[in-house]
Amino acid sequence: MRLRPRTPDTRTERRFRIGAAALPYLLIAPTLLFVAVFTLFPAIRVFYDSLFLQNQAVQEPQFTGFGNYAALFQDPTFHQVIINTVIYVFATVPLSVFLALVLALLLNQKLRALGLYRLAFFYPTILPMVSAATIWLFMYTPGYGLVNVFIEFFHIQSQNWLGDPNLALIALIILGIWKQTGYFMIFYLAGLQGLPHDIFEAASLDGASAIQSARYLTFPLLAGTTLFVTTIAVVNAFETVDQIYIMTGGGPNNATSMLLFNLWQTLFSFLDNGKASAISVILIAVLLIFTVTNFLYTERRGSYE
Amino acid sequence: MNKNPKPDRSRRPFRFTPKSISNALGLIVLAVIAVGWAIPMLWALAVSVHPPDEPLSAANLWFGSHPTLTNYAQAFQIAPFAQYYVNTIIIVFGILVVQLVTISLAGYAFARFQFRGQNILFFLILLQLMVPSSALIVPNYSTIRQLHLFDTLLAVMLPFFGSAFGTFLMRQTFRTVPRDLDDAARMDGANWLQTLWYVYIPPARPAMIAFALSSISFHWNDFLWPLVVTNSTSSRPLTVGLAVFTQLGEIGAQWPLVTAGTIIVVGPLLLLFLIFQRQFIESFLHSGLK
Repeated sequence: MRLRPRTPDTRTERRFRIGAAALPYLLIAPTLLFVAVFTLFPAIRVFYDSLFLQNQAVQEPQFTGFGNYAALFQDPTFHQVIINTVIYVFATVPLSVFLALVLALLLNQKLRALGLYRLAFFYPTILPMVSAATIWLFMYTPGYGLVNVFIEFFHIQSQNWLGDPNLALIALIILGIWKQTGYFMIFYLAGLQGLPHDIFEAASLDGASAIQSARYLTFPLLAGTTLFVTTIAVVNAFETVDQIYIMTGGGPNNATSMLLFNLWQTLFSFLDNGKASAISVILIAVLLIFTVTNFLYTERRGSYE
Repeated sequence: MNKNPKPDRSRRPFRFTPKSISNALGLIVLAVIAVGWAIPMLWALAVSVHPPDEPLSAANLWFGSHPTLTNYAQAFQIAPFAQYYVNTIIIVFGILVVQLVTISLAGYAFARFQFRGQNILFFLILLQLMVPSSALIVPNYSTIRQLHLFDTLLAVMLPFFGSAFGTFLMRQTFRTVPRDLDDAARMDGANWLQTLWYVYIPPARPAMIAFALSSISFHWNDFLWPLVVTNSTSSRPLTVGLAVFTQLGEIGAQWPLVTAGTIIVVGPLLLLFLIFQRQFIESFLHSGLK
């Protein structure tokens, strides 16, 4: 390690020497400041605000206890929002994680044009969701949209995907799977590359079939990857908003409105600060469960490395 | 990724065994899915050069009779995409530069100093990982209003200047640096800043690059927060600019124009990805969090 003996920093050095005990606090001060102002205080404030009525009718905040929460849970629209979110999460997460595993298994062999396959599956990950949603808005166009051209090929009648309350959520789920499967696939590919080859050779010598070694070796050994990927997928799915804004605006008839979109709408369209704060608290509470799991898992994984 | 030595089975003569059939089936499935995955982008590319005066129809779905760049020229005329690019680049790199400074300092403090309240302070910072910023747009929007920063580039950047993930990453990385090097540097008269710069930063470079790539791609793609705190051309990033562009009444369903706008936004990104595919994928792997 080469150190320049005399640097222009000698003056600052003397200044910093004075508060040697204060140094670590000064080092973390900027991070702590931004985290406090934009995460810690807001988290407390949003809970506090959720206890007050404040909307267009009630300009001055008026204490209401859990009134905003009670109002939300009696509101059929909010029920719809919760149901949509749950359906979206429970459809998108397992399907994309499973497909990611299948694709990774298929790609984990000597293949011609392996790079091309990886490119095809991974590129949606790097697109901004707004652009991906714009492209899929086009894909779902009634009449000549490629999704309709495709199903008409199988003699299924052309559909108004985003205008039909029964199909709109499915349309968003398809986009969600297309967008993130490649991302999860690379975690599985990395997991597969890290598997010990000798175990598989031993199993194969002992006469284990491909299905047996998948069932008893590959899947259990990839369980960690699955947990990790699933957590990310769940958190992402709960934060779905960009594509709703671009493609459906929550419609038709709230058929595609989900928590974060509903939060945005409550704040900026309905100008209801109290209710929006209550939705934020609900969203934070739900996500906290999953982010804590995720964090504990990464922490554990980190300490093994 | 494909460097693992494996027995080369491809040279054996082909025989119809259950295994070879299932392999072939696997390949067909793979190819079909890959084509399905690629088509949305390929179609958007094709339609973006479709002549605007030829209406799209089931019979005329791709390039049209004579591919043209008119749509791109028109998209640039209607929306200030160049300005949006500048805004996005300022936002993304502004956030990154400040983050690299704050996470190095904080990571260094947590990795190599003993001080009162160390654990509780670290925990407070890590809370940022558990409370997602998107759920805090209500209070953060008020904060930005109170600071009179609404509709500025700084408003888009400010909430992300401190990074719990980056701090955690730097702390872990700095801990792997041998203490002897630190002591030797101090013995040679280096102050803390010189020690950090010459002893700790160089071996942390790969971790910092991975963090940088994930930070860039997260903020390049971010939509909700900039949508909430911007309201004019001078501060809108590309994502919000594209949303505004596609929702302009005058554009309606002119798909060649809309796809051209979309390609203007994602084209450079795709090109960079094609060139640095491996680095991109590795950085995504190393930072599953953000």
